[in-house]
Amino acid sequence: MSPISRGFHGRRREPAEQSSRVPPGQYVTQDFPVLSAGPTPRTALDNWSFSIRQSGNTSKSWTWSELQDLPVEDVTADIHCVTRWSKLDTRWRAVSVDTLLAQVEHNARYVLAFCDGGYTTNLPLADVTAGQAWVAFDYDGEPLAPEHGGPARLLVPHLYFWKSAKWVRGLELLDKDEPGFWETYGYNMYGDPWREQRYAGD
Amino acid sequence: MAGTAVRGRLTWQVSAVTALIDETASVKTIELQAPDWAGHLAGQHLDVRLTAEDGYRAERSYSIASAPGEPVALTVERLEDGEVSPYLTEELRPGDDLEIRGPVGGYFVWDGDDSVTPLMLIAGGSGVVPLRSILRHRSNLRSTVPVRLLYSARSLADVIYRDELDQEGAGVEVIYTLTRQQPQGWTGHRGRVDKSMLSEVAWPPDQQAIAYVCGPTPFVETVASSLVGLGYPAQRVKTERFGGIGGS
Amino acid sequence: MDDLDGNAMGGLMQEIFGVEMTTAIETCAHCGNAAVVAETAVYLRGPGAVMRCPTCTNILMVVVRRQDMHCVDMQGIASLSPAGQTA
Ligand SMILES: Cc1cc2nc3c(=O)[nH]c(=O)nc-3n(C[C@H](O)[C@H](O)[C@H](O)COP(=O)(O)OP(=O)(O)OC[C@H]3O[C@@H](n4cnc5c(N)ncnc54)[C@H](O)[C@@H]3O)c2cc1C
Ligand SMILES: [Zn+2]
Repeated sequence: MSPISRGFHGRRREPAEQSSRVPPGQYVTQDFPVLSAGPTPRTALDNWSFSIRQSGNTSKSWTWSELQDLPVEDVTADIHCVTRWSKLDTRWRAVSVDTLLAQVEHNARYVLAFCDGGYTTNLPLADVTAGQAWVAFDYDGEPLAPEHGGPARLLVPHLYFWKSAKWVRGLELLDKDEPGFWETYGYNMYGDPWREQRYAGD
Repeated sequence: MAGTAVRGRLTWQVSAVTALIDETASVKTIELQAPDWAGHLAGQHLDVRLTAEDGYRAERSYSIASAPGEPVALTVERLEDGEVSPYLTEELRPGDDLEIRGPVGGYFVWDGDDSVTPLMLIAGGSGVVPLRSILRHRSNLRSTVPVRLLYSARSLADVIYRDELDQEGAGVEVIYTLTRQQPQGWTGHRGRVDKSMLSEVAWPPDQQAIAYVCGPTPFVETVASSLVGLGYPAQRVKTERFGGIGGS
Repeated sequence: MDDLDGNAMGGLMQEIFGVEMTTAIETCAHCGNAAVVAETAVYLRGPGAVMRCPTCTNILMVVVRRQDMHCVDMQGIASLSPAGQTA
Protein backbone atom coordinates (compact mmCIF):
# COMPACT_ATOMS: atom_id res chain seq x y z
CA MET A 1 0.00 0.00 0.00
CA SER A 2 1.35 3.37 -0.98
CA PRO A 3 1.16 6.12 1.58
CA ILE A 4 -1.05 9.05 0.62
CA SER A 5 1.09 12.01 -0.39
CA ARG A 6 -0.20 14.71 1.96
CA GLY A 7 -1.54 17.64 -0.01
CA PHE A 8 -1.16 16.03 -3.43
CA HIS A 9 -4.17 16.33 -5.73
CA GLY A 10 -2.64 15.91 -9.16
CA ARG A 11 -3.46 18.37 -11.86
CA ARG A 12 -7.14 18.35 -11.08
CA ARG A 13 -9.61 21.15 -10.71
CA GLU A 14 -13.06 19.68 -10.48
CA PRO A 15 -15.86 22.21 -10.18
CA ALA A 16 -18.77 20.34 -8.61
CA GLU A 17 -21.43 21.59 -11.01
CA GLN A 18 -19.62 19.89 -13.86
CA SER A 19 -19.30 16.51 -12.19
CA SER A 20 -22.26 15.09 -14.14
CA ARG A 21 -20.23 15.72 -17.29
CA VAL A 22 -17.12 14.00 -16.00
CA PRO A 23 -16.94 10.18 -16.25
CA PRO A 24 -15.87 8.19 -13.19
CA GLY A 25 -12.15 8.24 -12.41
CA GLN A 26 -11.56 11.34 -14.55
CA TYR A 27 -10.49 14.84 -13.50
CA VAL A 28 -10.98 18.07 -15.39
CA THR A 29 -7.99 19.87 -16.81
CA GLN A 30 -7.74 23.28 -18.43
CA ASP A 31 -4.53 22.31 -20.24
CA PHE A 32 -4.48 20.24 -23.35
CA PRO A 33 -2.05 17.44 -22.51
CA VAL A 34 -0.15 15.90 -25.39
CA LEU A 35 -0.19 12.12 -25.58
CA SER A 36 2.39 10.55 -27.76
CA ALA A 37 3.79 7.14 -28.51
CA GLY A 38 6.30 8.37 -31.02
CA PRO A 39 7.81 11.32 -32.85
CA THR A 40 5.43 13.92 -34.24
CA PRO A 41 5.03 13.35 -37.99
CA ARG A 42 5.05 16.43 -40.19
CA THR A 43 3.35 15.92 -43.52
CA ALA A 44 3.16 18.86 -45.91
CA LEU A 45 -0.44 19.68 -46.86
CA ASP A 46 0.48 19.24 -50.53
CA ASN A 47 1.28 15.60 -49.85
CA TRP A 48 -1.63 15.01 -47.54
CA SER A 49 -4.73 13.03 -48.45
CA PHE A 50 -7.51 11.26 -46.62
CA SER A 51 -8.51 7.83 -47.96
CA ILE A 52 -11.22 5.30 -47.40
CA ARG A 53 -9.98 1.79 -48.06
CA GLN A 54 -11.72 -1.53 -48.43
CA SER A 55 -9.95 -4.88 -48.67
CA GLY A 56 -6.66 -3.12 -49.28
CA ASN A 57 -7.92 -0.89 -52.11
CA THR A 58 -8.60 2.80 -51.94
CA SER A 59 -12.29 3.42 -52.62
CA LYS A 60 -12.09 7.16 -52.37
CA SER A 61 -9.60 9.80 -51.37
CA TRP A 62 -9.55 13.51 -50.84
CA THR A 63 -6.67 15.95 -51.08
CA TRP A 64 -6.35 18.61 -48.39
CA SER A 65 -8.19 21.20 -50.47
CA GLU A 66 -10.88 18.74 -51.52
CA LEU A 67 -11.50 17.97 -47.87
CA GLN A 68 -11.74 21.67 -47.06
CA ASP A 69 -14.39 22.04 -49.78
CA LEU A 70 -16.69 19.56 -48.06
CA PRO A 71 -19.36 20.86 -45.66
CA VAL A 72 -17.60 21.90 -42.47
CA GLU A 73 -19.14 21.76 -39.00
CA ASP A 74 -18.31 23.55 -35.78
CA VAL A 75 -18.24 20.97 -33.02
CA THR A 76 -18.10 21.59 -29.28
CA ALA A 77 -17.41 18.48 -27.23
CA ASP A 78 -16.09 17.16 -23.92
CA ILE A 79 -13.12 14.83 -24.36
CA HIS A 80 -11.92 12.11 -21.99
CA CYS A 81 -8.44 10.62 -22.04
CA VAL A 82 -7.71 7.18 -20.61
CA THR A 83 -4.79 8.74 -18.70
CA ARG A 84 -7.60 10.26 -16.58
CA TRP A 85 -7.93 13.84 -17.71
CA SER A 86 -11.10 15.27 -19.23
CA LYS A 87 -11.39 18.58 -20.98
CA LEU A 88 -14.76 20.26 -21.33
CA ASP A 89 -16.18 22.33 -24.17
CA THR A 90 -13.36 21.83 -26.65
CA ARG A 91 -14.12 23.60 -29.94
CA TRP A 92 -13.29 22.11 -33.34
CA ARG A 93 -13.88 22.69 -37.03
CA ALA A 94 -14.32 19.41 -38.79
CA VAL A 95 -15.87 17.36 -41.56
CA SER A 96 -18.31 14.73 -40.42
CA VAL A 97 -17.35 11.12 -41.09
CA ASP A 98 -20.94 10.73 -42.36
CA THR A 99 -20.11 13.14 -45.17
CA LEU A 100 -17.08 11.08 -46.15
CA LEU A 101 -18.74 7.68 -45.92
CA ALA A 102 -21.70 8.91 -47.98
CA GLN A 103 -19.35 8.97 -50.96
CA VAL A 104 -18.46 5.28 -50.85
CA GLU A 105 -20.51 2.15 -51.16
CA HIS A 106 -19.92 -0.36 -48.44
CA ASN A 107 -21.51 -2.66 -45.92
CA ALA A 108 -18.74 -2.57 -43.34
CA ARG A 109 -19.37 -2.99 -39.63
CA TYR A 110 -16.05 -1.73 -38.27
CA VAL A 111 -13.37 0.76 -39.20
CA LEU A 112 -9.66 0.90 -38.49
CA ALA A 113 -8.34 4.45 -38.55
CA PHE A 114 -4.79 4.69 -39.90
CA CYS A 115 -2.33 7.51 -39.46
CA ASP A 116 1.03 9.02 -40.31
CA GLY A 117 3.58 7.46 -37.96
CA GLY A 118 1.88 4.06 -38.13
CA TYR A 119 -0.72 4.51 -35.38
CA THR A 120 -4.06 2.72 -35.77
CA THR A 121 -7.25 2.42 -33.72
CA ASN A 122 -10.43 0.43 -34.26
CA LEU A 123 -14.05 1.55 -33.92
CA PRO A 124 -17.47 0.11 -34.71
CA LEU A 125 -19.00 1.75 -37.77
CA ALA A 126 -22.03 2.62 -35.66
CA ASP A 127 -19.78 4.82 -33.51
CA VAL A 128 -18.33 6.86 -36.34
CA THR A 129 -21.66 7.56 -38.05
CA ALA A 130 -24.87 9.38 -37.11
CA GLY A 131 -23.07 12.60 -36.24
CA GLN A 132 -20.72 11.06 -33.68
CA ALA A 133 -17.34 11.36 -35.41
CA TRP A 134 -15.39 13.90 -37.42
CA VAL A 135 -12.11 14.56 -39.17
CA ALA A 136 -11.04 17.72 -37.33
CA PHE A 137 -8.49 20.25 -38.56
CA ASP A 138 -9.06 23.39 -36.48
CA TYR A 139 -8.91 23.53 -32.71
CA ASP A 140 -10.07 26.59 -30.78
CA GLY A 141 -10.07 28.73 -33.90
CA GLU A 142 -6.56 27.80 -35.01
CA PRO A 143 -5.19 25.15 -37.35
CA LEU A 144 -4.68 21.99 -35.29
CA ALA A 145 -1.09 21.95 -33.99
CA PRO A 146 1.10 18.99 -35.01
CA GLU A 147 1.54 17.85 -31.37
CA HIS A 148 -2.23 17.61 -31.07
CA GLY A 149 -2.56 15.63 -34.28
CA GLY A 150 -2.50 18.29 -36.99
CA PRO A 151 -3.04 18.70 -39.82
CA ALA A 152 -6.06 16.50 -39.04
CA ARG A 153 -7.18 14.07 -36.40
CA LEU A 154 -10.19 11.90 -35.87
CA LEU A 155 -12.62 13.25 -33.28
CA VAL A 156 -14.85 10.68 -31.57
CA PRO A 157 -15.61 12.41 -28.29
CA HIS A 158 -17.93 9.80 -26.79
CA LEU A 159 -15.10 7.24 -26.59
CA TYR A 160 -11.74 7.49 -24.78
CA PHE A 161 -9.54 9.91 -26.63
CA TRP A 162 -7.02 7.33 -27.90
CA LYS A 163 -9.79 6.47 -30.38
CA SER A 164 -9.56 10.05 -31.73
CA ALA A 165 -6.48 9.15 -33.75
CA LYS A 166 -3.95 11.92 -34.30
CA TRP A 167 -2.41 12.53 -37.76
CA VAL A 168 -5.23 10.50 -39.27
CA ARG A 169 -4.92 9.68 -42.97
CA GLY A 170 -7.88 7.45 -43.53
CA LEU A 171 -10.29 4.73 -42.55
CA GLU A 172 -10.09 1.10 -43.51
CA LEU A 173 -13.58 -0.42 -43.71
CA LEU A 174 -13.82 -3.89 -42.19
CA ASP A 175 -16.35 -6.67 -41.67
CA LYS A 176 -14.70 -7.86 -38.47
CA ASP A 177 -13.27 -5.87 -35.59
CA GLU A 178 -9.46 -5.74 -35.61
CA PRO A 179 -7.40 -4.33 -32.74
CA GLY A 180 -5.49 -1.12 -33.39
CA PHE A 181 -2.26 -0.03 -31.67
CA TRP A 182 -3.18 0.31 -27.99
CA GLU A 183 -5.91 -2.33 -28.34
CA THR A 184 -3.20 -4.85 -29.30
CA TYR A 185 -1.45 -4.08 -26.03
CA GLY A 186 -4.45 -4.77 -23.86
CA TYR A 187 -6.56 -1.63 -24.10
CA ASN A 188 -10.29 -2.03 -24.57
CA MET A 189 -11.65 -2.70 -28.07
CA TYR A 190 -14.48 -0.21 -27.47
CA GLY A 191 -13.36 2.29 -24.82
CA ASP A 192 -16.47 3.82 -23.28
CA PRO A 193 -15.34 6.32 -20.62
CA TRP A 194 -18.71 6.18 -18.81
CA ARG A 195 -18.23 2.46 -18.21
CA GLU A 196 -14.50 2.90 -17.56
CA GLN A 197 -13.61 0.50 -20.36
CA ARG A 198 -9.88 1.05 -20.16
CA TYR A 199 -8.54 -2.45 -20.57
CA ALA A 200 -9.66 -5.61 -22.34
CA GLY A 201 -12.34 -7.19 -20.19
CA ASP A 202 -13.37 -3.96 -18.38
CA MET B 1 5.31 -12.56 -3.16
CA ALA B 2 4.52 -10.41 -0.19
CA GLY B 3 7.43 -10.00 2.14
CA THR B 4 10.08 -11.56 -0.07
CA ALA B 5 12.63 -9.28 -1.57
CA VAL B 6 13.84 -10.56 -4.90
CA ARG B 7 17.47 -9.68 -5.29
CA GLY B 8 18.00 -6.93 -7.80
CA ARG B 9 14.31 -6.40 -8.38
CA LEU B 10 13.44 -2.83 -7.64
CA THR B 11 10.48 -2.07 -5.47
CA TRP B 12 8.93 1.09 -4.11
CA GLN B 13 9.99 2.18 -0.66
CA VAL B 14 8.89 4.95 1.63
CA SER B 15 11.47 7.55 2.53
CA ALA B 16 11.13 10.48 4.92
CA VAL B 17 11.85 14.07 3.99
CA THR B 18 14.47 15.39 6.39
CA ALA B 19 15.18 18.83 4.95
CA LEU B 20 14.32 21.20 2.12
CA ILE B 21 16.97 23.64 0.96
CA ASP B 22 16.43 26.62 -1.35
CA GLU B 23 18.90 26.53 -4.22
CA THR B 24 17.45 29.27 -6.45
CA ALA B 25 14.06 31.01 -6.59
CA SER B 26 12.57 28.01 -8.38
CA VAL B 27 14.79 25.13 -7.31
CA LYS B 28 14.92 23.17 -4.07
CA THR B 29 17.04 20.34 -2.77
CA ILE B 30 15.09 17.66 -0.91
CA GLU B 31 17.03 15.53 1.55
CA LEU B 32 15.65 12.09 2.28
CA GLN B 33 16.12 9.39 4.80
CA ALA B 34 15.61 6.08 3.01
CA PRO B 35 15.96 3.16 5.44
CA ASP B 36 16.03 0.51 2.70
CA TRP B 37 18.41 2.36 0.40
CA ALA B 38 20.99 0.03 -1.16
CA GLY B 39 23.41 2.86 -1.95
CA HIS B 40 23.85 4.58 -5.29
CA LEU B 41 26.40 5.47 -7.95
CA ALA B 42 27.20 8.99 -9.10
CA GLY B 43 24.84 9.92 -11.93
CA GLN B 44 21.97 7.55 -11.08
CA HIS B 45 18.39 8.68 -10.61
CA LEU B 46 15.32 7.45 -8.80
CA ASP B 47 11.61 7.47 -9.48
CA VAL B 48 9.18 9.36 -7.26
CA ARG B 49 5.56 8.29 -6.96
CA LEU B 50 2.84 10.50 -5.53
CA THR B 51 -0.56 9.11 -4.54
CA ALA B 52 -3.61 11.32 -3.99
CA GLU B 53 -6.36 10.42 -1.54
CA ASP B 54 -8.57 9.07 -4.31
CA GLY B 55 -5.80 6.78 -5.53
CA TYR B 56 -4.68 8.96 -8.45
CA ARG B 57 -0.95 8.57 -9.01
CA ALA B 58 1.85 10.43 -10.74
CA GLU B 59 5.39 9.21 -11.28
CA ARG B 60 8.50 11.15 -12.30
CA SER B 61 12.24 10.54 -12.38
CA TYR B 62 14.74 12.69 -10.46
CA SER B 63 18.51 12.49 -10.51
CA ILE B 64 20.29 11.86 -7.24
CA ALA B 65 22.12 15.03 -6.27
CA SER B 66 24.22 13.58 -3.48
CA ALA B 67 27.42 11.57 -3.85
CA PRO B 68 27.60 7.84 -3.21
CA GLY B 69 27.69 7.25 0.53
CA GLU B 70 25.82 10.45 1.33
CA PRO B 71 22.11 10.46 2.26
CA VAL B 72 19.83 10.58 -0.78
CA ALA B 73 19.11 14.09 -1.99
CA LEU B 74 17.13 15.34 -4.97
CA THR B 75 17.21 18.77 -6.56
CA VAL B 76 13.97 19.75 -8.25
CA GLU B 77 13.19 22.68 -10.49
CA ARG B 78 9.63 23.94 -10.23
CA LEU B 79 7.77 24.15 -13.53
CA GLU B 80 4.85 26.55 -13.11
CA ASP B 81 2.39 24.38 -14.99
CA GLY B 82 3.83 21.05 -13.91
CA GLU B 83 2.03 18.42 -11.90
CA VAL B 84 4.74 16.95 -9.68
CA SER B 85 7.54 19.53 -9.41
CA PRO B 86 5.33 22.26 -7.83
CA TYR B 87 4.23 19.71 -5.24
CA LEU B 88 7.79 18.67 -4.43
CA THR B 89 9.09 22.24 -4.20
CA GLU B 90 6.13 23.94 -2.52
CA GLU B 91 3.94 21.48 -0.68
CA LEU B 92 6.41 18.94 0.66
CA ARG B 93 7.56 19.47 4.29
CA PRO B 94 10.18 17.85 6.51
CA GLY B 95 8.65 14.76 8.07
CA ASP B 96 6.49 13.95 5.02
CA ASP B 97 6.70 10.53 3.43
CA LEU B 98 7.94 10.27 -0.12
CA GLU B 99 7.64 7.05 -2.08
CA ILE B 100 10.71 6.30 -4.18
CA ARG B 101 12.11 3.52 -6.36
CA GLY B 102 15.82 3.37 -6.95
CA PRO B 103 18.65 3.70 -7.49
CA VAL B 104 18.08 3.48 -11.24
CA GLY B 105 20.45 3.40 -14.19
CA GLY B 106 23.93 2.19 -15.01
CA TYR B 107 24.70 4.09 -18.19
CA PHE B 108 24.81 7.73 -17.16
CA VAL B 109 27.10 7.02 -14.22
CA TRP B 110 30.69 7.71 -13.30
CA ASP B 111 32.15 4.90 -11.26
CA GLY B 112 35.12 6.86 -9.94
CA ASP B 113 37.54 5.16 -12.26
CA ASP B 114 40.75 7.04 -11.62
CA SER B 115 42.40 6.53 -14.98
CA VAL B 116 43.42 9.83 -16.53
CA THR B 117 40.51 10.14 -18.95
CA PRO B 118 39.26 13.71 -18.52
CA LEU B 119 35.56 14.32 -17.97
CA MET B 120 33.57 16.81 -20.01
CA LEU B 121 30.39 17.53 -18.08
CA ILE B 122 27.76 19.55 -19.91
CA ALA B 123 24.53 20.63 -18.22
CA GLY B 124 21.45 22.52 -19.29
CA GLY B 125 19.41 23.87 -16.34
CA SER B 126 18.53 21.13 -13.85
CA GLY B 127 20.64 18.75 -15.94
CA VAL B 128 23.45 19.77 -13.58
CA VAL B 129 22.00 17.57 -10.81
CA PRO B 130 23.57 14.20 -11.72
CA LEU B 131 26.80 16.00 -12.68
CA ARG B 132 26.94 17.52 -9.22
CA SER B 133 26.85 14.02 -7.78
CA ILE B 134 29.78 13.12 -10.04
CA LEU B 135 31.73 16.21 -8.91
CA ARG B 136 31.11 15.49 -5.23
CA HIS B 137 32.08 11.86 -5.71
CA ARG B 138 35.29 12.93 -7.39
CA SER B 139 36.11 15.23 -4.54
CA ASN B 140 35.21 12.64 -1.87
CA LEU B 141 37.50 10.16 -3.60
CA ARG B 142 40.24 12.79 -3.85
CA SER B 143 40.37 11.85 -7.50
CA THR B 144 42.65 13.87 -9.73
CA VAL B 145 40.69 13.24 -12.93
CA PRO B 146 40.62 16.56 -14.79
CA VAL B 147 37.06 17.87 -15.23
CA ARG B 148 35.45 20.65 -17.16
CA LEU B 149 31.86 21.54 -16.45
CA LEU B 150 30.05 23.65 -19.03
CA TYR B 151 26.80 24.76 -17.46
CA SER B 152 24.09 26.59 -19.36
CA ALA B 153 21.65 28.58 -17.22
CA ARG B 154 19.19 31.36 -17.96
CA SER B 155 20.90 33.83 -15.65
CA LEU B 156 23.43 33.81 -12.82
CA ALA B 157 20.55 33.69 -10.34
CA ASP B 158 19.38 30.45 -11.96
CA VAL B 159 22.70 28.69 -11.42
CA ILE B 160 22.10 25.79 -9.03
CA TYR B 161 24.86 24.90 -6.50
CA ARG B 162 26.71 28.09 -7.39
CA ASP B 163 28.61 28.43 -4.10
CA GLU B 164 29.71 24.83 -4.26
CA LEU B 165 30.71 25.01 -7.91
CA ASP B 166 32.68 28.21 -7.39
CA GLN B 167 34.67 26.50 -4.65
CA GLU B 168 35.66 23.46 -6.70
CA GLY B 169 39.34 22.87 -6.25
CA ALA B 170 42.23 22.02 -8.50
CA GLY B 171 41.44 20.02 -11.59
CA VAL B 172 37.88 21.25 -11.98
CA GLU B 173 37.08 24.09 -14.34
CA VAL B 174 33.56 25.46 -14.18
CA ILE B 175 32.42 27.43 -17.21
CA TYR B 176 29.02 29.09 -17.29
CA THR B 177 27.06 30.28 -20.25
CA LEU B 178 24.10 32.53 -19.51
CA THR B 179 21.38 32.35 -22.11
CA ARG B 180 18.88 35.06 -21.20
CA GLN B 181 20.39 37.59 -18.85
CA GLN B 182 23.97 38.47 -18.01
CA PRO B 183 25.12 40.65 -15.12
CA GLN B 184 26.79 43.98 -15.82
CA GLY B 185 30.32 43.42 -16.99
CA TRP B 186 29.84 39.69 -17.57
CA THR B 187 32.85 38.41 -19.47
CA GLY B 188 31.83 34.77 -19.60
CA HIS B 189 29.93 32.99 -22.31
CA ARG B 190 26.47 34.02 -23.32
CA GLY B 191 23.85 32.30 -25.41
CA ARG B 192 23.10 28.67 -26.02
CA VAL B 193 25.72 26.00 -26.24
CA ASP B 194 26.61 25.36 -29.87
CA LYS B 195 29.41 23.81 -31.84
CA SER B 196 31.62 26.88 -31.81
CA MET B 197 31.30 27.29 -28.03
CA LEU B 198 32.09 23.61 -27.60
CA SER B 199 35.13 23.83 -29.86
CA GLU B 200 36.43 26.49 -27.48
CA VAL B 201 35.43 24.92 -24.19
CA ALA B 202 35.38 21.13 -24.59
CA TRP B 203 38.48 18.97 -24.28
CA PRO B 204 39.90 18.41 -27.75
CA PRO B 205 38.83 14.98 -29.07
CA ASP B 206 42.40 13.64 -28.98
CA GLN B 207 42.30 13.88 -25.17
CA GLN B 208 39.95 10.90 -25.18
CA ALA B 209 37.56 12.65 -22.82
CA ILE B 210 34.25 11.13 -21.80
CA ALA B 211 31.36 13.55 -22.09
CA TYR B 212 28.25 13.48 -19.89
CA VAL B 213 25.47 15.61 -21.35
CA CYS B 214 22.27 16.17 -19.40
CA GLY B 215 19.29 18.52 -19.52
CA PRO B 216 16.18 19.26 -21.55
CA THR B 217 15.89 17.01 -24.61
CA PRO B 218 16.52 19.70 -27.28
CA PHE B 219 19.62 20.85 -25.37
CA VAL B 220 21.01 17.32 -25.15
CA GLU B 221 20.34 16.65 -28.84
CA THR B 222 22.19 19.80 -29.92
CA VAL B 223 25.17 19.30 -27.62
CA ALA B 224 25.59 15.60 -28.34
CA SER B 225 25.50 16.02 -32.10
CA SER B 226 27.88 18.99 -31.91
CA LEU B 227 30.37 16.95 -29.89
CA VAL B 228 30.22 14.14 -32.42
CA GLY B 229 30.65 16.75 -35.15
CA LEU B 230 33.81 17.95 -33.38
CA GLY B 231 35.23 14.44 -33.43
CA TYR B 232 34.02 12.86 -30.17
CA PRO B 233 33.23 9.20 -30.85
CA ALA B 234 29.52 8.62 -30.14
CA GLN B 235 30.34 5.98 -27.51
CA ARG B 236 32.19 8.65 -25.51
CA VAL B 237 29.18 10.93 -25.35
CA LYS B 238 26.79 9.76 -22.64
CA THR B 239 23.44 11.46 -22.62
CA GLU B 240 20.43 11.76 -20.35
CA ARG B 241 17.31 13.59 -21.52
CA PHE B 242 14.93 15.24 -19.05
CA GLY B 243 12.20 15.87 -21.65
CA GLY B 244 10.87 19.14 -23.02
CA ILE B 245 11.14 20.86 -19.68
CA GLY B 246 12.34 24.04 -18.07
CA GLY B 247 15.05 26.33 -19.31
CA SER B 248 18.74 26.23 -19.88
CA MET C 1 10.40 17.52 -28.79
CA ASP C 2 9.52 16.14 -25.40
CA ASP C 3 10.71 12.61 -25.96
CA LEU C 4 12.90 10.98 -23.38
CA ASP C 5 15.54 8.30 -23.65
CA GLY C 6 15.99 4.81 -22.25
CA ASN C 7 17.29 6.16 -18.94
CA ALA C 8 13.74 7.29 -18.16
CA MET C 9 12.50 3.69 -18.41
CA GLY C 10 15.29 2.29 -16.23
CA GLY C 11 13.19 1.99 -13.08
CA LEU C 12 10.27 0.36 -14.84
CA MET C 13 12.54 -2.10 -16.66
CA GLN C 14 14.46 -3.00 -13.54
CA GLU C 15 11.17 -3.65 -11.76
CA ILE C 16 10.12 -5.95 -14.62
CA PHE C 17 13.38 -7.68 -15.55
CA GLY C 18 15.00 -7.75 -12.14
CA VAL C 19 18.29 -6.38 -13.44
CA GLU C 20 19.65 -3.04 -14.56
CA MET C 21 18.67 -2.76 -18.24
CA THR C 22 19.74 0.69 -19.44
CA THR C 23 23.25 -0.60 -20.18
CA ALA C 24 21.90 -3.61 -22.12
CA ILE C 25 22.37 -3.68 -25.89
CA GLU C 26 19.27 -4.09 -28.03
CA THR C 27 19.23 -4.98 -31.69
CA CYS C 28 16.33 -3.60 -33.70
CA ALA C 29 14.29 -6.28 -35.47
CA HIS C 30 13.47 -3.83 -38.27
CA CYS C 31 16.76 -2.19 -39.25
CA GLY C 32 19.30 -4.34 -37.42
CA ASN C 33 20.86 -1.38 -35.64
CA ALA C 34 22.31 -2.15 -32.21
CA ALA C 35 22.13 0.47 -29.47
CA VAL C 36 22.50 0.84 -25.74
CA VAL C 37 19.02 0.83 -24.22
CA ALA C 38 19.80 4.19 -22.55
CA GLU C 39 20.13 5.72 -26.04
CA THR C 40 16.76 4.57 -27.36
CA ALA C 41 13.87 7.02 -27.75
CA VAL C 42 11.22 6.69 -25.05
CA TYR C 43 7.68 8.09 -24.90
CA LEU C 44 5.96 7.97 -21.54
CA ARG C 45 3.07 10.34 -22.21
CA GLY C 46 0.44 7.95 -23.33
CA PRO C 47 -1.55 4.98 -22.17
CA GLY C 48 1.70 2.98 -21.97
CA ALA C 49 5.47 3.32 -22.23
CA VAL C 50 6.89 3.06 -25.75
CA MET C 51 10.55 2.53 -26.64
CA ARG C 52 11.68 3.13 -30.22
CA CYS C 53 14.78 2.46 -32.27
CA PRO C 54 16.96 5.60 -32.34
CA THR C 55 17.81 4.91 -36.00
CA CYS C 56 14.56 3.91 -37.70
CA THR C 57 11.88 4.70 -35.02
CA ASN C 58 10.58 1.12 -35.14
CA ILE C 59 8.81 0.20 -31.90
CA LEU C 60 11.13 -1.91 -29.75
CA MET C 61 9.16 -2.32 -26.56
CA VAL C 62 5.74 -1.41 -25.22
CA VAL C 63 4.87 -1.69 -21.54
CA VAL C 64 1.28 -1.30 -20.44
CA ARG C 65 0.46 -1.32 -16.76
CA ARG C 66 -2.79 -2.67 -15.53
CA GLN C 67 -3.09 -2.22 -11.78
CA ASP C 68 0.06 -3.94 -10.57
CA MET C 69 0.59 -6.12 -13.64
CA HIS C 70 2.85 -5.17 -16.50
CA CYS C 71 2.19 -6.33 -20.03
CA VAL C 72 5.47 -6.24 -21.94
CA ASP C 73 5.76 -6.56 -25.70
CA MET C 74 9.22 -6.80 -27.27
CA GLN C 75 8.45 -8.01 -30.75
CA GLY C 76 10.47 -5.16 -32.24
CA ILE C 77 13.68 -6.32 -30.57
CA ALA C 78 15.72 -9.02 -32.33
CA SER C 79 18.04 -9.48 -29.37
CA LEU C 80 18.57 -7.95 -25.97
CA SER C 81 21.73 -8.68 -24.02
CA PRO C 82 22.48 -7.37 -20.56
CA ALA C 83 25.72 -5.43 -20.31
CA GLY C 84 28.89 -7.47 -20.57
CA GLN C 85 27.20 -10.36 -22.35
CA THR C 86 27.06 -11.04 -26.04
CA ALA C 87 24.02 -12.29 -27.85
C1 LIG D 1 16.14 10.38 -15.89
C2 LIG D 1 15.52 11.71 -15.51
C3 LIG D 1 16.07 12.47 -14.50
C4 LIG D 1 15.51 13.69 -14.15
N1 LIG D 1 16.09 14.43 -13.15
C5 LIG D 1 15.57 15.62 -12.79
C6 LIG D 1 16.17 16.40 -11.76
O1 LIG D 1 17.18 16.01 -11.17
N2 LIG D 1 15.61 17.59 -11.43
C7 LIG D 1 14.48 18.05 -12.07
O2 LIG D 1 14.01 19.12 -11.71
N3 LIG D 1 13.90 17.34 -13.06
C8 LIG D 1 14.41 16.12 -13.43
N4 LIG D 1 13.79 15.39 -14.42
C9 LIG D 1 12.51 15.88 -14.99
C10 LIG D 1 11.37 15.40 -14.10
O3 LIG D 1 11.24 13.99 -14.23
C11 LIG D 1 10.00 15.97 -14.50
O4 LIG D 1 9.81 15.81 -15.87
C12 LIG D 1 9.88 17.44 -14.16
O5 LIG D 1 10.04 17.65 -12.77
C13 LIG D 1 8.52 17.97 -14.59
O6 LIG D 1 7.51 17.25 -13.94
P1 LIG D 1 6.13 17.95 -13.58
O7 LIG D 1 5.20 16.88 -13.15
O8 LIG D 1 6.33 19.09 -12.66
O9 LIG D 1 5.68 18.55 -14.94
P2 LIG D 1 4.69 17.89 -15.97
O10 LIG D 1 3.33 17.94 -15.41
O11 LIG D 1 5.21 16.58 -16.39
O12 LIG D 1 4.87 18.94 -17.10
C14 LIG D 1 6.16 19.21 -17.68
C15 LIG D 1 6.02 20.24 -18.74
O13 LIG D 1 5.39 19.69 -19.84
C16 LIG D 1 4.14 20.26 -20.01
N5 LIG D 1 3.23 19.13 -20.07
C17 LIG D 1 2.75 18.40 -19.06
N6 LIG D 1 2.02 17.39 -19.50
C18 LIG D 1 2.04 17.53 -20.81
C19 LIG D 1 1.51 16.77 -21.82
N7 LIG D 1 0.77 15.66 -21.61
N8 LIG D 1 1.74 17.18 -23.05
C20 LIG D 1 2.50 18.27 -23.30
N9 LIG D 1 3.04 19.01 -22.39
C21 LIG D 1 2.82 18.63 -21.16
C22 LIG D 1 3.84 21.08 -18.81
O14 LIG D 1 3.06 22.18 -19.17
C23 LIG D 1 5.19 21.42 -18.32
O15 LIG D 1 5.71 22.56 -18.97
C24 LIG D 1 14.36 14.17 -14.81
C25 LIG D 1 13.80 13.41 -15.84
C26 LIG D 1 14.37 12.19 -16.20
C27 LIG D 1 13.74 11.40 -17.30
ZN1 LIG E 1 15.65 0.20 -36.20
